[in-house]
Amino acid sequence: MNFVAIKMLIGDRAKYLGIIFGLTFASLLITQQMSIFVGLMTRTYSAVTDLGQPDIWVMDEKVQFIDDLKPLQSTELYRVRGVEGVQWAMPLYKGLLKARLSNGNFQTCNVFGLDDATLMGGPPEMIEGTLDDLRRSESVIVDINGAYGKLAKPSAIPGGKPEPLKVGDTLELNDHRAVVVGLCKVGRTFQSQPVVYTTFSRATTYAPRERKLLTFVLVRAKAGQDLNELCDRIQASTGLLAIPADEFKWNTVKYFMKYTGIPINFGMAVLLGFLVGIAIAGQTFYNFTIENLKQFGALKAMGTGNFTLLRMILLQALLVGTIGYGLGVGAASLFGLISRNSELAFRMPWQILAITAAAVTFICMVSALISIRKVIKLEPAIVFKS
Amino acid sequence: MTNTATKLAVSCRGVTKTYGTGTSAVQALRGVDLDVNAGELLMLVGPSGCGKTTLISVIAGILDQDEGDVHVFGHDMKHMGQRARTAYRGKSIGFVFQAYNLLPALTAAENVAVPLFILGVPRREAIERARAVLTSVGIGERAKSLPAQLSGGQQQRVAIARALIHEPKLIVCDEPTSALDQDTGHKIMEILRDVALAQDRALVIVTHDSRTFEFADRIARMNDGLIARVDASPGRPTS
Repeated sequence: MNFVAIKMLIGDRAKYLGIIFGLTFASLLITQQMSIFVGLMTRTYSAVTDLGQPDIWVMDEKVQFIDDLKPLQSTELYRVRGVEGVQWAMPLYKGLLKARLSNGNFQTCNVFGLDDATLMGGPPEMIEGTLDDLRRSESVIVDINGAYGKLAKPSAIPGGKPEPLKVGDTLELNDHRAVVVGLCKVGRTFQSQPVVYTTFSRATTYAPRERKLLTFVLVRAKAGQDLNELCDRIQASTGLLAIPADEFKWNTVKYFMKYTGIPINFGMAVLLGFLVGIAIAGQTFYNFTIENLKQFGALKAMGTGNFTLLRMILLQALLVGTIGYGLGVGAASLFGLISRNSELAFRMPWQILAITAAAVTFICMVSALISIRKVIKLEPAIVFKS
Repeated sequence: MTNTATKLAVSCRGVTKTYGTGTSAVQALRGVDLDVNAGELLMLVGPSGCGKTTLISVIAGILDQDEGDVHVFGHDMKHMGQRARTAYRGKSIGFVFQAYNLLPALTAAENVAVPLFILGVPRREAIERARAVLTSVGIGERAKSLPAQLSGGQQQRVAIARALIHEPKLIVCDEPTSALDQDTGHKIMEILRDVALAQDRALVIVTHDSRTFEFADRIARMNDGLIARVDASPGRPTS
C-alpha cells in the first residue's frame, strides 16, 4: 500500500507541490535565520578564537565579555606568572582607537597590543608580511577586510574605486604614525571594525593616557594542568577573574543574548518560518487528506485497516518532509555559500540542521496526526453516499 | 463465527438500525429479514430513504446494526471484532460503488489491483492479474489509462474488475448503472451477470433502475426500513 500512498500524494500535483513549497520555505527560513544568528554570535567572540594559544584569559573581575574593557595594573601580569601551574602568561592590550585616514576621515579600529618579546596572541593567518615585522619601528599589521574596506584609501580619480591599504602605507593612530608592515586574515568582528595588531608597548603609546593599560593577561597552563583548578588558583592569589577561553567565548555570547534584542529578532524569524510551515504545509496536507476522504473511505471499505492507513499517511508526511527539508537546507547552504565572502554573518553547524530536521518533523507529524484522526474516525459507509 | 445453512450466502434476521438519538432519531432498518443464496443475484429496490444502502452497508460489514443478526457465508458479522471484520471484507467482499471511487492517481490496472495490494500481493503479480481481469470485462487495452481518461462505463468496468480480482464470495453493488446511459448500463449488468456471478458467489445490487430488473434472480422490495416482499425476476423463474 506504500505504492498507493505515494501515487495518491504525487497524483495531486498542485497540493503536493504546495506542501513541498511550505516545508521548503519553513526549513529555509529556520536554517538561514539560525545560521545568521549563530554567525553573528560567533563574531562576538572572534577575538578569543583568533588568539588561539592561551588556555585561560585573566581580567578584571567585573569584565562580562570580550569588549568589556576594564584595564588592570601592569604588575598583575607578574602576579599571574607566579601562580603554580602557569606555563606562561603574556600581556594583551585591547582597545578601540581612532585611525585617521588619508582623506581626513576617522575610523575606529580594534587595536591589539601583543607581548613585545614573544608576539604571543598574533593573528591566526598572515596574508602578506610576517608577524616578526612588528619588531620594526611604528609597525602595525592590518586585517585584510579592514584594508580593503573601511581603511581603504579614496581613489585618486573622483568617483573611482577606493584603493586598499597596502604594506608600506601609513596610518595615524591617535595622532601617532603607524606603518603597515603586513596584512592578516582574522575572524570578522561583531561591529565589523578593522583589526590592527602591534606590540604591547607601542599600543600603549597609541592609547589615550590612562593609569592602567593592561587589558587581559593570556595564560597557557602547564601540560596536564586542570584548567578550572588553575583558574581557581589564579583567582585566589590575584583576586582577578580567570576563565578558560571556551567559557569566555560563551560568557560573551550570553552577554549579547541577554543585553541585545538579537535573539528575540532572530527567534521571531525562526518562529515565523515554523508557523508558515505549519500554516502552509499543515493546512495543505490536511486539505489533501480531506479531499481524499472518500478514497480513504473506499480503501477502508475494501479492507484496509486503520494501521495501514496510518502508515500510508505517515509515509506521505515523511516523503514531503524529507523533500522539503532537503530543498530548504540545500537552499540555505547555497545562500551561505554565495554570501561567504560578504559582510553577512553565516555559520551552519550540524546542530542547526538537526534543529531544522526536528522542526520539519514536528510540522509533518502534526499535519499527519490531524489528518490521521479524520481518517481513523471515518465511517467506511460514506462510500455508499454518492 | 457460526455456521448456518451452507447454501445461504447472506442471512439477515431482525436487523435494525437507527441514526441519531432522541427526537432527531431516524429508524433506517426496522427488523429486516432477508436471505441471499450462493450463486444468486439479488436486487434491493425501493424508494429513496427506505434503507437499501443501510442494509447493504450492514451486510458488507461496514456499518454496525443495532439489533439482529447478519451472517455472511456462515460468518457472524455482529460478533466479529473490528479488525477481523476489516480483514474479512478485504478477503471476501467486493464492492462496486455508484461513484466508482477509483483512485484518480492510479491507472486502471493499478486501481483494479488495490484489493490485492491490501492483501499483500507483490505489485508486479497484482498488476498482471489486474490486466487479466480487465481483459475479462472487456477493457484490457485501457489498463494504463487514468480514470479521468475513461468514460463512465469504462470506469464502472474498472470498478467491477476491482471487485472481482480477489475472488470474493460476496459482491455488493450500489446503483452500478445509475450514472450510465441505457446501453452502457445494460452492458455493465451483463458483465455482472456473466462474469461476476458464480456458483459459490452472491451478488447484492441496490438499484432504482427498473430496466435492469431482468438481470436479477430475485428482487427484494424495501419500504420504510423493511423488506415488503421478495419477487422473482420478471425475466426469470421464481426461486
